[in-house]
Amino acid sequence: MAPAVIAKIRWWLEDRLGLETVKEFLAHKSVPRHSATMWYYFGGITLFLFGIQVTTGILLLLYYRPSPNEAYESVQFIMTQVDFGWLIRSIHSWAANLMILTAFIHMFSVVFLHAYRAPRELTWLTGIVLLGLALGFGFSGYLLPWNTISYFATRVGTDIAAVVPLIGPPLARFLRGGSDISGGTLTRFFGFHVAVLPGITTLVLLLHLALVQKWNISVPPKVEEEYQRKGQEVPRIPFVPDFVLRELMAWYITLAILGVLAALFPWELGQKADPFAPAPAGIRPEWYFLAPFYTLKLIPSHVWFLEGEVLGVICFGLLAAAWACLPFWASRRDGTIRTRLVTGAGVLLVSYLAVFSALGYWR
Amino acid sequence: MRRTITLLLLAAAAAWAQDTCVECHESLEGDLQAPAKAWPNDVHRARGFGCADCHGGDPTAMDPEKAMSRAKGFRGAIRRTQIPNLCARCHSDPDLMHRYDPQQRVDQLAQYRTSIHGKRLAAGDENVATCVDCHSVHDIREVKDPLSPVYPLRIVVTCARCHADEKLMANYNLWATQPEDYKASVHWKALAERGDLSAPSCASCHGNHGATPPQVSSVAAVCGLCHALQEQFFDKSPHYQAFTDLGLSGCVVCHGNHRIEHPTDAMLSVEDGVCGKCHEADSPPGKTAAEIQGMLTKLAEELDRSRAVLDEARTAGIEVSEADVQWAQGREKLLKARVTVHSFDADAVRRDIDEGLKITAAVYQAGLDALKERDRRRLGLVFSLVAIAITIIGLWLAIRSREQRNASRKAAEG
Repeated sequence: MAPAVIAKIRWWLEDRLGLETVKEFLAHKSVPRHSATMWYYFGGITLFLFGIQVTTGILLLLYYRPSPNEAYESVQFIMTQVDFGWLIRSIHSWAANLMILTAFIHMFSVVFLHAYRAPRELTWLTGIVLLGLALGFGFSGYLLPWNTISYFATRVGTDIAAVVPLIGPPLARFLRGGSDISGGTLTRFFGFHVAVLPGITTLVLLLHLALVQKWNISVPPKVEEEYQRKGQEVPRIPFVPDFVLRELMAWYITLAILGVLAALFPWELGQKADPFAPAPAGIRPEWYFLAPFYTLKLIPSHVWFLEGEVLGVICFGLLAAAWACLPFWASRRDGTIRTRLVTGAGVLLVSYLAVFSALGYWR
Repeated sequence: MRRTITLLLLAAAAAWAQDTCVECHESLEGDLQAPAKAWPNDVHRARGFGCADCHGGDPTAMDPEKAMSRAKGFRGAIRRTQIPNLCARCHSDPDLMHRYDPQQRVDQLAQYRTSIHGKRLAAGDENVATCVDCHSVHDIREVKDPLSPVYPLRIVVTCARCHADEKLMANYNLWATQPEDYKASVHWKALAERGDLSAPSCASCHGNHGATPPQVSSVAAVCGLCHALQEQFFDKSPHYQAFTDLGLSGCVVCHGNHRIEHPTDAMLSVEDGVCGKCHEADSPPGKTAAEIQGMLTKLAEELDRSRAVLDEARTAGIEVSEADVQWAQGREKLLKARVTVHSFDADAVRRDIDEGLKITAAVYQAGLDALKERDRRRLGLVFSLVAIAITIIGLWLAIRSREQRNASRKAAEG
């Protein structure tokens, strides 16, 4: 194509899209670079894995059929008959788990680097909502293959939802589409998984990214103080291409890990769910729900005048609310941060999740 | 008001005094106390019966003389020879029994009279089993109660109380090894280890109330209650007539009776199996046995071979559930062939074996294809990782090159 034609097309697009403005903006955008910069990549990796989820999810939709009589067989068909179907499904399942892992790492890196502090409270809140949505994706997607483990784990999960004070029974009924896990539940979970949750996630994700862009990446208080003592400014690197190249490297490493997991440990399909069969021994949810699941098992059936499970659910609700409000109770009136308190709370939470997840897995 | 209270007190006192037998016997010792201690667990007590229903007397009388008065029908301890008739007063009465259980049988006494136990008792032998020897006495439980001595898992112990007693059995010219033999059998394993309550115990083959040893002519029919296909094949086989002529009892000749072990293909061996008991290796029946054994062994080996390939593929994460279903069909063919063996017809067995071999060949191929798929995936992974590694190195070099350029520019500026 002649250079003149290319130039013409470029100018035509420029007139209509104003790409020069974007280019100009990106050319001047910079991000801080310091000893803790690597932790920022986990946000981008989570975004990358979400993109993989969307892409592989759309491909799975071409063959998946959401009914109790066909769901398992359609996944089996994808795994055995469709070209690279096994790879697509394995990547979808592994990427889902890795995405939740990197989302947790991202959240705790924000906590330990104190990146939640003003004016980034809304960035933190939208991030927490996104983590909740990711867990919702995991819970709803787990049932879709309609195998024994997923069927009974969903029954346990919705049983826990049923003990939420006041709204528990109607909430469980709404989730199940009836009194027990059935074809209605499968259709409902499919709807949540491929329509409701993606729609909400896209909106919240765009808001989260817009807020990150507006307030830029934070610099940890310690790093700021260190450079202030030296009388220097925190070094910055251009977003394009320096930061983007580094982020790309992280994405490629993630892709390699994902490829190894999907090829060497393809996601198992298990046995088709039989609602009339007794629940197999050792039913447990996905790893990211193990800590609360195991905690609920440890609580006595009655504590004072409350049922143990109700008490557990109330405590988890209060803990989640307190965690979501972290930027507000972490700041003193003079605007300084209670860094020790937050770090201590973060260490406690990480320890609790790690220990109780391990106990839930091995016991 | 006072009258009402007095009436209530009298009614309560009457109710309290209704079974003075238990009250007195609880305060006694030894054998006289035992019935009162056992009685709370008895099914008859739960259904509203009392001591006097069997022993007679007046259970409302506080005075022992009056309570155990012959004038009031007191019978005292029941003689062993009278026990079956005493139990039958209720258990042979359909009107009474069906009030408690519409499906309850009422022919126990009639059956008992046909049994060896019943016949000997009628002849005055008080050492044979009567109702209470098997069902216990004063703490009789429902048969479905796991603590009942006639519950499937406990019945062998109950029978063994007499049938493992060498001294007692010697009086009847009987061996006392049957209970121990049975406990080494495949049937006991199914019952006790697998918890399969439908597996046969003593009463399943010998009957319960009409207990009698299966005769030579009826053994196959008894085994055929569960092993129906084997019986059908055997009845049409050349062995049926031969065994009948020789007075041999069908299944028992090869499988034994109480100590029936899990049958194996090796049983067909003429050298060290059961066929060699009657047939020479180079005789036509000996050759047929060897041929059948060879076919069964071949299919079993093919099944093992294809199982190993499928397991290897599954361990590598390859989805092989469809081949698993096929493999199970192949296994069914082997089981069918092992049943057909009882026809002792090599051609009939071959038909099942050939079908099984066809299936296992397809399964084995599916397993090999799955392993090839595993290798393709691993090769694809290696290529992908190399491509990703090259890209990462390229990115790293680009980053490094930019950093060096920036450093040189800063040095030039500074």
